[in-house]
Amino acid sequence: MATFTLPKNSTIGTGKTYKAEAGATNVRSFKIYRWDPDTGENPRMDTYEIDLDKCGPMVLDALIKIKNEVDTTLTFRRSCREGICGSCSMNIDGLNTLACLKPIEDVHGEVRINPLPHMPVVKDLVPDLGQIYAQLTSIQPWLKADTAPPPDSERLQSKEERAKLDGLWECILCFCCTTSCPSYWWNGDRYLGPAVLLQAYRWIADSRDEYTGERLDQLQDPFRLYRCHTIMNCARTCPKGLNPAEAIGHIKTLLVERDR
Amino acid sequence: MSENYPSTTAHQTRLQTPLGRVRQNGSAKSGTHHWWMQRVTSIALLPLMLWFIIGIASHAGAPYEEIARWVGRPFNAVLMLLLIGIGFYHTAGGLQVVIEDYIRPERSAMVAGLLIRGACWVFGLLCALSVLRLAVAG
Ligand code: SF4
Ligand code: SF4
Ligand code: FES
Repeated sequence: MATFTLPKNSTIGTGKTYKAEAGATNVRSFKIYRWDPDTGENPRMDTYEIDLDKCGPMVLDALIKIKNEVDTTLTFRRSCREGICGSCSMNIDGLNTLACLKPIEDVHGEVRINPLPHMPVVKDLVPDLGQIYAQLTSIQPWLKADTAPPPDSERLQSKEERAKLDGLWECILCFCCTTSCPSYWWNGDRYLGPAVLLQAYRWIADSRDEYTGERLDQLQDPFRLYRCHTIMNCARTCPKGLNPAEAIGHIKTLLVERDR
Repeated sequence: MSENYPSTTAHQTRLQTPLGRVRQNGSAKSGTHHWWMQRVTSIALLPLMLWFIIGIASHAGAPYEEIARWVGRPFNAVLMLLLIGIGFYHTAGGLQVVIEDYIRPERSAMVAGLLIRGACWVFGLLCALSVLRLAVAG
């Protein structure tokens, strides 16, 4: 059964408030989800008051400032700080996005930050993505071909063939989309979710790949593929402006044309 | 997955690898026909529903005999039977999706699916027989 309420150990309490330093004029509150598996306590929302005059423009800048100067126990993932590694995905102001690409100015009032929704939490803002990674592995996201590559060059594509990958190759696997998808919340154990299906289509659409049929066979399943009900949360939330729902639509069209 | 995320199906054990769990019993290699039929029937239902609503609205307040005669005309009776058949087919398919989305364990979903299908057959046949009676005997 789909679960619509939080289990007891996930109910969120009110945490500590860290006041801004005296004399700060441009203060903004950051309300951040905190949970530490080692304490056995329930999660809580801590409030950090930050002087925006002494902070970089992005939400990630504020998180780093908090970790460096206010509370070293705050735990989150980040690496590139320029929207290319996909590490800093989290729910900011109710929308899954990348903390490094989200300007603080875009949020009105206090900045609420939660981990990606409906995932088990490892600690604070770090979700357990083990299941999604396994799902990504299961679609074999690499080029599969029986024809040997030409001895003197790489495998070639025409300009038109290459253009089919636009809107797909840009995906940075941040999983903002998958964790925003209600179908994935209820049936993530069997539904592959938008990010993985977009990756699957990326290889189906690749003219150099020779395993299109097998790939389609693997997706043709009431749960793996057809749990997508075109709710479009995925396209709305993608911080790279991609449209996984459209890629899923292409897979469904290919299957209809093949099997009906 | 961590302990606070219990697996939903009985044959999944905690120590099975995530990849093994994801691959599970493999692809069902089905679902396309169901999905396609839902699209096709929903498009077919658009003009049928329009015809039905206009037909009923234009007979608002009319006596029983007049409506019975209207339904019993061959053209109307055929459209009515199509509406009933396609409508219940579409309803059963749609509810099937809702069941797959929300009902666990698998066995409960199977039972619920069969019940829905059975109910749609019974009500569909009831409606169809009523129309046939007006068309043939009426
Ligand atoms: S369109 Fe499909 S994949 Fe995207 S959020 Fe909706 S159900 Fe999920
Ligand atoms: S499609 Fe967008 S939201 Fe989804 S994983 Fe790729 S970059 Fe992230
Ligand atoms: S830190 Fe790399 S995407 Fe945000």
